[in-house]
Amino acid sequence: MLLAVQSTPLDFLPIALMFVVALGFVVIMLFLTHQLGPKKKSKVKLETFECGIEVQGNARLPFSIKYFLVAILFVLFDVEVIFMYPWAVNFKQLGLIGFVEMLTFVGFLLVGFYYILKKGALKWE
Amino acid sequence: MITTYLFYLLSFLAIMFALMVVFSKNPIHSVLYLVLAFFTIAGHYVLLNAQFLAAVHIIVYAGAIMVLFLFVIMLLNLNKETEPHKSVWLKASAAVASGSLLVVLVGSLKGAAGIQSAKTFDASIGLIENLGQTLFNDFLLPFEVSSILLLSAMVGAVMLGKKSIK
Repeated sequence: MLLAVQSTPLDFLPIALMFVVALGFVVIMLFLTHQLGPKKKSKVKLETFECGIEVQGNARLPFSIKYFLVAILFVLFDVEVIFMYPWAVNFKQLGLIGFVEMLTFVGFLLVGFYYILKKGALKWE
Repeated sequence: MITTYLFYLLSFLAIMFALMVVFSKNPIHSVLYLVLAFFTIAGHYVLLNAQFLAAVHIIVYAGAIMVLFLFVIMLLNLNKETEPHKSVWLKASAAVASGSLLVVLVGSLKGAAGIQSAKTFDASIGLIENLGQTLFNDFLLPFEVSSILLLSAMVGAVMLGKKSIK
């Protein structure tokens, strides 16, 4: 059963236009600042510095797994929210059954969320 | 007519960015080119009138999954400039394996039957309203099972990434 919804790829032309304008603005601004700004290069000026403290080591340090854990949990809940878009658009047509369906879905994920909180996975030791 | 030109432009960009992913030396540049490739593929989805898929592709893949990729790369030690040298036999076997995969893909695509003609195809099938109707009526069980899949992924990530509390 397909709903009679009319939409064509050409409806997305304004969004494409927005992308072009945004990208064009960035490129033009970067280009212009490079062209217009004065350039004085010296060894001291081009050196990396951090709040006046002398540089120690380099930035390519392997970093903690804790960030990765937070990121992967974010992705999982992100995917959960994605499923809510088609549900929310059809909320009226699906009625009570649709509501119960989504409640089951979210219920399973809430169990996971409870597990995460209980395990203290989001705590930053 | 404009969609045809857009298709060629997006295809060209997608292939170019995909090649840049493979050829760039810096793994972080590879990831950034992959993000651009994903954006061009989202453009293809829009041209196919699968707008929900396009939005999801940008939100999940270009947004979330690529953050994970960046994290994985930063978990590695990037200080070593030299890549481990692969032997000739390894390279040859990789070429044979990927070549036979290509043959399988091309063969299965050639043998694929039942490609609908453009005349009878309902172009509104990929819109979010129709997708929701199908997902929450016909594919209800896979939808609920996917929540269990997400739950197991959560448990797995916490089990692997977290030391148990003493």
